Amino acid sequence: MNHLLSIADLSRGDIERIMAVAESFGEVVERDIKKVPTLRGRTVVNLFYESSTRTSSSFELAAKRLSADLVNVRSSGSAIDKGESLRDTIATLSAYDPAAIVIRAPWAGAAAIVARHTTASVVNAGDGKHEHPSQALLDVYTLRRRLGSLDGADIWIVGDVLHSRVARSNIHAFTRMGARVTVCGPPTLIPRDVEALGCEVRYDLDGLSDADVIYTLRMQHERMGDSFLPSMREYVANYQIDSRRLHPRQLLMHPGPVNRGVELSAEVIESPQALITEQVAAGLVVRMAILYELLSGGRQGAAGPAPVPTVEQPA
Amino acid sequence: MTGRFPRIRMAAREAVPATLLLRGVRLLDPRAGLDGVHDLLVRDGEIAEITAPGAANAPPRCEQVEAEGLTAFPGFVDPHVHLRTPGREDEEDLESGTRAAAAGGFCAILAMPNTEPVVDAAPVLRSLQERAAVEAVVPVGFLAAITKGQSGTELSEMAELAREGAAGFSDDGFPVADAHRMRQALQYQRLAGLVLALHEEDPALSGHGVMHEGAVSTTLGVAGIPSVSESTAIERDAQLARYENGRIHILHLSAAESVEAVERSRAAGVQITAEVTPHHLTLTDEAVRTLDPRFKMNPPLRAQRDREALIEGLRSGAIDCVATDHAPHSREEKEAPFEEAPMGVTGLETAFPVIYTDLVLPGVLGLDVVVERMSAGGVPFGLRAPTLARGTRADLCLVDLEGSWTVGEAGYESRSENSCFAGRELRGRVLMTVARGAVAYRERGFSIRLADDPGDKITAPEPA
Repeated sequence: MNHLLSIADLSRGDIERIMAVAESFGEVVERDIKKVPTLRGRTVVNLFYESSTRTSSSFELAAKRLSADLVNVRSSGSAIDKGESLRDTIATLSAYDPAAIVIRAPWAGAAAIVARHTTASVVNAGDGKHEHPSQALLDVYTLRRRLGSLDGADIWIVGDVLHSRVARSNIHAFTRMGARVTVCGPPTLIPRDVEALGCEVRYDLDGLSDADVIYTLRMQHERMGDSFLPSMREYVANYQIDSRRLHPRQLLMHPGPVNRGVELSAEVIESPQALITEQVAAGLVVRMAILYELLSGGRQGAAGPAPVPTVEQPA
Repeated sequence: MTGRFPRIRMAAREAVPATLLLRGVRLLDPRAGLDGVHDLLVRDGEIAEITAPGAANAPPRCEQVEAEGLTAFPGFVDPHVHLRTPGREDEEDLESGTRAAAAGGFCAILAMPNTEPVVDAAPVLRSLQERAAVEAVVPVGFLAAITKGQSGTELSEMAELAREGAAGFSDDGFPVADAHRMRQALQYQRLAGLVLALHEEDPALSGHGVMHEGAVSTTLGVAGIPSVSESTAIERDAQLARYENGRIHILHLSAAESVEAVERSRAAGVQITAEVTPHHLTLTDEAVRTLDPRFKMNPPLRAQRDREALIEGLRSGAIDCVATDHAPHSREEKEAPFEEAPMGVTGLETAFPVIYTDLVLPGVLGLDVVVERMSAGGVPFGLRAPTLARGTRADLCLVDLEGSWTVGEAGYESRSENSCFAGRELRGRVLMTVARGAVAYRERGFSIRLADDPGDKITAPEPA
């Protein structure tokens, strides 16, 4: 693998390989010294054209835990603000010969464009409403820790599917790992022909009790300006996951940030079924695994990940 | 009805009428009932003789082409070209755009008025006609805008523009969104004449869409333009045209529902014609999966069932003609991410070869149908279609149907390179185009030989 551009490109084997590496890093982050020298002397560029807290911070921490040098570039206050084109920005950053460029941008296909114009490995950290592959991988990781396997699991993705790159990547990832996926939301927020992605469609929560996992999406208040919904109050009444709707045997996920009282009620966020903070923790090890897979994994051949040494205890 | 109105002005620079003998050429002109091998003699720009092969006598100083294995068609006419002049001469100018047309076998084109400034007043139109009379290598007719600045708010001075020789009226690039304004334009058509060429789209349904709405747009997470955005607009305007007894031409049909709407309206007595582009006939939204902005245009590439309906519509005659919607864009604009890039693709130089390669060779469409529809582009506007009949002005193209070439390999005549067929290997090379009786294009490497030349070399003309 040279780049991580979309989950649609990955086979089940690819995903499982990244999961195996992430599990080995899971052991590292429990040590006192949480740093390994794997990427010492190599440079990772974090290029963010959109605001982000958890994705950018976890890629930053992942790069640092792997001992890479890190450069953060944000669109505001940079040459991007002055009208520099994506292509020219990439040419500029590529002149530093980075090993990887992690990019988030508001346009579908942005990461693929970067990949065509740099020799660095490119990680898509969200391109428009297209894909968010590292989120899907950390979600698979989180679920595997709880369920062992996703084979045969029933997963409902609830909310604004139309505008969600997380939904697109997760439909691909969950189905590839053997789960059955149902998307559910208001008809105005379900994209046309979404069944082509390999999922079922529901417009109400009537069958929700069949789900093993409920994956809720962030309801973006700014969408209300386009009148996709009659009212947020009605949305909450129809689609909010609360303690009446969440069964004790079901798992609850959310990519964050949560709108408390909109897609989730306060009590379910703090319930034992909620995996939301586990997802954030998984984000770190999975992003370490992604960087490792792209920057070192390919060089190890098919033999799987090399043993993970620490700084103090070289292998 | 049109007889009352002033003529469309087709402008081109002066050129020497050709005297040209095509020896042993296959002539294919369904309109003239021609399909066979002949000698064709053009004398002083006019088709003078069509004889059995080898039977024609070359007059003095006649260029002779040994054309065995080559085919001559009536010249193609493209009713939908963006020449970007005035305003964006960096993308196309009258000279480069008409050269691209000639290289595609087109002997006449109509240019759209969505320039900077918009062609919405007589002085802008006149200046373009004057420039074309100096720069254009094939005749160009200029459409004028339906509304001032194509803003949709006030009608342009349609009667005056018609008197100045406008080829028709169009707000192409935008629909006339307001039904009342559309009705007024149809009413004013009684005074101005000329056809209203309509870009049909409901802006509310299209929203922020940038590609066809369907499984591919959903997979990509890119906002879609539903097919009904086009067909509902056609239905509205067809009803208005019927009510006002107006005449409308529907630009670049893209959807199956739109073909049905045109057929239904025509059956109900509406004076309606329609065109389709080579890219909508040969590509679908599957091509957009790469998010390459070269596949971004409006209307968008649609689904396979739409493509099939368009092909069937062209075959049956529900769609009258082929139009390229040649839309040059600068490289830096087209290099943007898909959602940010401007809509539009070039098309003049690839139109016939693409249709020939993808539709004629596999047996989907007959060559005769394609030739008829590609030369019929001016008919909806009241222009006579070119023909190979004896005694008419020579408007023809000479094509090597066996020849293959790779799009873009040798560059383009157009100033822009945003072809959605770049890199494709195509069959069918245009070798020569004759427009208004003069040679407008010769393929590079196509040597000139005079009939009375003893050798194979070019002889210099004697000093006068």
